[in-house]
Amino acid sequence: MSSLLEAYVQTEDFDITQEYQNLRENNSESGAFVSFLGQVRDFNEGDNVSSLELEHYPGMTEAVLNKLLQEASNRWAISRAKIIHRVGALKASDKIVWVAVSSAHRADAFAACEFLIDALKTQAPFWKKERGKQGERWLDAKDSDQAKARQWMK
Amino acid sequence: MITLLYFARYREALGLDSEQFSITCPCSVQDVIEQLKQRGEPWLSILADSKLMLAVNQTIATPDQALTDGDELAFFPPITGG
Repeated sequence: MSSLLEAYVQTEDFDITQEYQNLRENNSESGAFVSFLGQVRDFNEGDNVSSLELEHYPGMTEAVLNKLLQEASNRWAISRAKIIHRVGALKASDKIVWVAVSSAHRADAFAACEFLIDALKTQAPFWKKERGKQGERWLDAKDSDQAKARQWMK
Repeated sequence: MITLLYFARYREALGLDSEQFSITCPCSVQDVIEQLKQRGEPWLSILADSKLMLAVNQTIATPDQALTDGDELAFFPPITGG
């Protein structure tokens, strides 16, 4: 059976309670639900962060997210998977990204969810610019994120 | 004619997010890079950045990739989403 896969890139906030409800609705075949929420931290590399600007490459971003969802569905027995990634101006403790997966059993849901966020961080064309007391700066990619993503390569 | 796109710190450094660029086929990404370098700074620094990433028609590409009329070539720094 094919999985229900959805990806959204949006400026608007999202409601976690509503997202969980949608994930569980008419989904009695699934026994396991795993989600990841990423939010704006108020510090980074020792500096205070008051806001973020998230830029992306419209078109390519959606294509990459859909490709990753398809890859997750091919590798693990998942029934549903959804990614929401926000862009634009965000402030500390705002939600940035939501990855939610349902599956018959927890192992597949855990693995697929972790794969999706790790792969998204190195493959989906988003860029963060931080603003704080020190001014503003574009973030550099982290080697630790690259290493995490490489663990999933076959 | 192809479309060039610049993102994030490169877009800011150039003060430009996109432009139309004339190519003579056959032509590779590397050929376009060489022509852009002749504009001097800030193109020189950006195109010499060892972390520069490229996409042709919204798929990650390498400099040896061939281009054809109507293609979209994007230049961007490493990804920092999530």
